[in-house]
Amino acid sequence: MRQIKVFKSLVRDSLDTITRGSKKYHLWMAALTFMMLVGMYCYSIQLKEGLSVTGMTDRVSWGLYISNFTFLVGVAAAAVMLVMPTYVLKDIDFKQAVLIGEGVAVAALVMCLAFVIADMGGPSVLWHMIPGIGVFNFPNSMLTWDVLVLNGYLFLNITIPFYILFRHYQGKESKKSVYIPGAFLSVFWAVAIHLVTAFLYQGLQARPFWNNALLGPRFLASAFAAGPALIILVLAVIRTYTSFKIENKTIKKIAMVVTVAAQINLIMLISELFKEFYAPTHHSESAYYLFFGLHGKDALLPWIWTAIPLNVLATVMLTFHKLRNNFKVLYFACFILFIAIWIEKGFGLIVPGFIPGPYGKIAEYMPTGIEIGVTLGIWALGAFVFTILAKTAIGIEIGKLRYKK
Amino acid sequence: MSSNNKKWFSLNIGRKNQETSSSCSCGKQSGGCGGHNHEETDKIEERKNGFEQVFDVKMDRRSAFKQLAASLAIGAGAVSTSCSMFSGDESKEKAQIDWEEQFKGNYKLMTDEEKQATVDRLVRSYQLRTGKTINMSAKNAEENVLFGYAFNISKCQGYMDCVSACVEENNQDRNSQMQYIRIHEMKDGNGFNFSEADDNYYHEVPAEGHFYMGTQCFHCDNPPCVNVCPVQATWREDDGLVVVDYDWCVGCRYCMAACPYDGRRFNWSKPEVPEEEINKNQHYLGNRLRKKGVMEKCTFCVQRSRAGKNPACVEACPTGARIFGNLLDPNSTIRWVLENKKVFRLKEDLGTEPKFWYFMD
Repeated sequence: MRQIKVFKSLVRDSLDTITRGSKKYHLWMAALTFMMLVGMYCYSIQLKEGLSVTGMTDRVSWGLYISNFTFLVGVAAAAVMLVMPTYVLKDIDFKQAVLIGEGVAVAALVMCLAFVIADMGGPSVLWHMIPGIGVFNFPNSMLTWDVLVLNGYLFLNITIPFYILFRHYQGKESKKSVYIPGAFLSVFWAVAIHLVTAFLYQGLQARPFWNNALLGPRFLASAFAAGPALIILVLAVIRTYTSFKIENKTIKKIAMVVTVAAQINLIMLISELFKEFYAPTHHSESAYYLFFGLHGKDALLPWIWTAIPLNVLATVMLTFHKLRNNFKVLYFACFILFIAIWIEKGFGLIVPGFIPGPYGKIAEYMPTGIEIGVTLGIWALGAFVFTILAKTAIGIEIGKLRYKK
Repeated sequence: MSSNNKKWFSLNIGRKNQETSSSCSCGKQSGGCGGHNHEETDKIEERKNGFEQVFDVKMDRRSAFKQLAASLAIGAGAVSTSCSMFSGDESKEKAQIDWEEQFKGNYKLMTDEEKQATVDRLVRSYQLRTGKTINMSAKNAEENVLFGYAFNISKCQGYMDCVSACVEENNQDRNSQMQYIRIHEMKDGNGFNFSEADDNYYHEVPAEGHFYMGTQCFHCDNPPCVNVCPVQATWREDDGLVVVDYDWCVGCRYCMAACPYDGRRFNWSKPEVPEEEINKNQHYLGNRLRKKGVMEKCTFCVQRSRAGKNPACVEACPTGARIFGNLLDPNSTIRWVLENKKVFRLKEDLGTEPKFWYFMD
């Protein structure tokens, strides 16, 4: 009974905090709300007209939505790079960052689920997929595995921080015996969500571009680079605008994680490129299309040739200690790395899988305005969710929010 | 088959009993057969009414969940329909059918009665909406039948009569010009070079120096599309046909990504067929009218093949390049082709075991 009372008070206090703030904060939230509304309007058009309002066709049947979904699973998985050192290796430096990291994971997962729903042809019959009520094709379909691991990870990433914050809210220390098992589990779970998402593509013999043993490991490497890079940027913003203390040491440590992951990612990229272009086979056509264009069709060239230089530049910058330890350079490097991997693991991965088609037909894909509107709306939703979570968490952590008996 | 042991859930939203009473000897679930009276069923309905009718139904946990979800989802809609002073019995019946259709199960897992019931509902619904009667079948696979197809590359001249026959037979969306069959025009001397072939030609055929090859769903014996479907909305029937339950499909298009043969099509917008062009001889798994946001594909014209006829493409082909039949019948033409011609299949290295062979004279 008491717990419920505390919870009620927490919700009230949290509502109080998130509706109050500086002018900049209100502007930020208003902008996000506006983008979400635009996204909802675009989605309503899509619901009415069908997916024909997107750029997708029978030839390229997955596009911007699934690209973003794939990328964001990686961002969500990256929270583990903060959870592991903090809870499992008992590295105290990450303690402040980890709640933020888990907040990023929750926001990323919310976006993932939103993107999947946006991509569905029949959202009104989605209950067919709920185990117990519908028919769940487990374990045959990797998509059902993905549904399980994503929701499980979402659950873990909500409950662990919630428990810790709930205790702190009451002025108590959180009990290690309660959250450590969950933290351990979430470490393995994070690897699982990204590996399972890679298997979704990797398991299709129809698409040689995806049917490649390196896809899963490369997903992990790129995720552990892009996710923490985003977290560094978020921490930088939080450091500037709130009184939440994040030490330089913490950011430097996360930067180290980003660096190693980016280096491994680059090695794997080289390995992939070597395999595709040293002795090109019929199966290398998708890679040719992506990097050089095929038969004069070259819609993806500007994208990938933005991504690769940015990726290399960021990795090089991060590799040198002097550059990495300069925070201005670090933030810039993290930003361009994030963009590079977003292109590479989104657009650059999903679209060429369909081009050329099973019989060599090259039909290009270009997202429509409505598709982009929905996508921006979902990103705004993610930012909105994250802001709310982070504001409450920071309030509790700096002691501003406390339960009053 | 009285209302007491119906296996699907039905909500009586205030219309008269005769509409809810269940099937009669003619097999129709709702109204229209006219050959009997409703006295007996009415009595049962009288005893079980209102609250009891909705809640006093035997159900396992599964259907209980389903009902709960159902009530939450469209309870409001149902209330507004049933409370409306102006809506007549017909619109209430329509609402009832829509309700039952929205929350019915997967066709693959239905019993024969349930299959018949959903088909009857769809027929009745079409009648209520358009005033016209269609004929829809729920015929299951027959024993000792395994359908197979052979394509004679030497004979095909690229006339595409098969394509138009297919579109007409299977009620495909006319706006997006959806076609199950693709005819690839290839250059002589280049072999089977699909990447240089043209599957979208608009000129007189046969074009000089070219040969033609058709592809469609190959009804693989080990279909990758079936494995990946998260809700088992597509499956392989006992006679080898790979089919889709259009009402169960959630439209994720994973099967489309998994198909190595470009055999699947998606309804990107609401499919439209002019009323006078609708083929009214339908099968639940075949050419019945689809809705937007679901997958569809070639079914070897299940509405024809299970009735002992050839698919529309085979019948329409002016050159006799297409051969269809029962692989388990040793006297069938298809068996003769497989035994006497040098046949091959596409992308055999993928292990999909297509039931679609190519050969040359």
